[in-house]
Amino acid sequence: MDLQGFGHLLISGAWITIQLAVCSLFVGLLFGIIGASAKLSSSKIANTLGNGYTLFVRGMPELLLVLTIYFGSSAVLMAIASLFGYDEYIELSPFVAGVTALSIAFGAYATEVFRSAMMEIPKGQREAAVALGMTRFQTFRRIVLPQVWRLALPGLGNLFLVLLKDTALVSVIGLNELMRQTAVAVGNTKEPFTFYFAAAMVYLLMTSISMAGLYLLERRANRGYQGARA
Amino acid sequence: MSWEWDVIIEHFPRLLQGAILTLELVLFSGFAGLMLAVPLALMRVSSKPWIQALPFAYIFFFRGTPLLIQIFLVYYGSSQFEFIKNSALWPILREPYWCAIITFALHTAAYIAELLRGAIQSIPKGEIEAAKALGMSYPMMLRRIILPRAFGIMMPAYGNEVILMLKGSALASTITLLDLTGMARTIIARTYTPLEIFLAAGVIYLIISALLILLFRFLEKRFNRHQHWPNEKPKDLDPQHIEN
Repeated sequence: MDLQGFGHLLISGAWITIQLAVCSLFVGLLFGIIGASAKLSSSKIANTLGNGYTLFVRGMPELLLVLTIYFGSSAVLMAIASLFGYDEYIELSPFVAGVTALSIAFGAYATEVFRSAMMEIPKGQREAAVALGMTRFQTFRRIVLPQVWRLALPGLGNLFLVLLKDTALVSVIGLNELMRQTAVAVGNTKEPFTFYFAAAMVYLLMTSISMAGLYLLERRANRGYQGARA
Repeated sequence: MSWEWDVIIEHFPRLLQGAILTLELVLFSGFAGLMLAVPLALMRVSSKPWIQALPFAYIFFFRGTPLLIQIFLVYYGSSQFEFIKNSALWPILREPYWCAIITFALHTAAYIAELLRGAIQSIPKGEIEAAKALGMSYPMMLRRIILPRAFGIMMPAYGNEVILMLKGSALASTITLLDLTGMARTIIARTYTPLEIFLAAGVIYLIISALLILLFRFLEKRFNRHQHWPNEKPKDLDPQHIEN
């Protein structure tokens, strides 16, 4: 495959794609844990907020979410800022808007994964923690969270692969990630198939590496369980 | 910040027009994808490695790359080759509408094939053995036992896949189609009210997915009705009712 010297463009794009995916992963995991806690909380308001979040975000195309956040955030941010007496123009950079949109989408699905993982943990363990005098936060941090990791990992792994592919959508709002850099190369060379196919191979490489990494992580998370149930 | 309901009301008919194109794309590509997925899944469960290889590569490619790149490969990529431009396919591959349907069908077929493979493999072995014992040929077994059972097993997961496809269909707007997202983008380019119109479009997507969920609950019940048969048990067959 002849890339006519545009290979470095694809590599720099791939690097931005990786940064975008990793940032969104961490913020999204946070959203997921907060969402799952809200859904499992005894507070009605938290339940409603959690349910509304997952219902709305999971029913809306990711592309629409990216566009809404990029083009709609200015109005919201400026309205908030003007409450504090700041009246200049505010705009999110495509990277920040992309991370926000992707992590909101990731978080909505992760909420469900974390929720079912948290429900898997036997009630007796929580009761034991309470009996030992742990506070609710201590129980969550010491007992629930370490076990949730193992139970949620397969689901989160799939979501990460979806997230990695969804980063391509951020090219629509002008972030110089892999997809957009490829479009630049296509514009110069007039060889769309060659370059989009090359970019597809780069994505395939990234998803394959992630899959291998997830396999190792899962094996490590389950190391206490191997053989015991054979 | 001001919220303008008028803009939503004024442009609502055009958004609905976009929603119809979205539904069309999902429906056509979903149907074509399902047709394509059946042979792929059957090849995938084959015991011969050389038959498995093709669907494996196909599924690996379409599940491992973003839908956006696939749609660009078909829409922009096909114009790179003179032999495609000179062929009878060109009037079809020139149209963004057909490119979108082709790409979505190819994309969703890979996901459905994986679901179908899982479903075929989870059919209880005894049912296949019983069919063989009755002397059914492979095509007959496929038609009477394997496919109906597999569809029933994969129905809940298939419903999720159709919803994902509904969300994926928003990418048609990147190749100039005026689907629901595309329509919203054109309206916003004129009115500059992104929050109102995008949220209105989001609510329409939400309503469509809610309707799809209801449809699939119904289909799931229908395909798996043998599992709920105590509900519709005819009275004469009930052993409790046999009188001596």
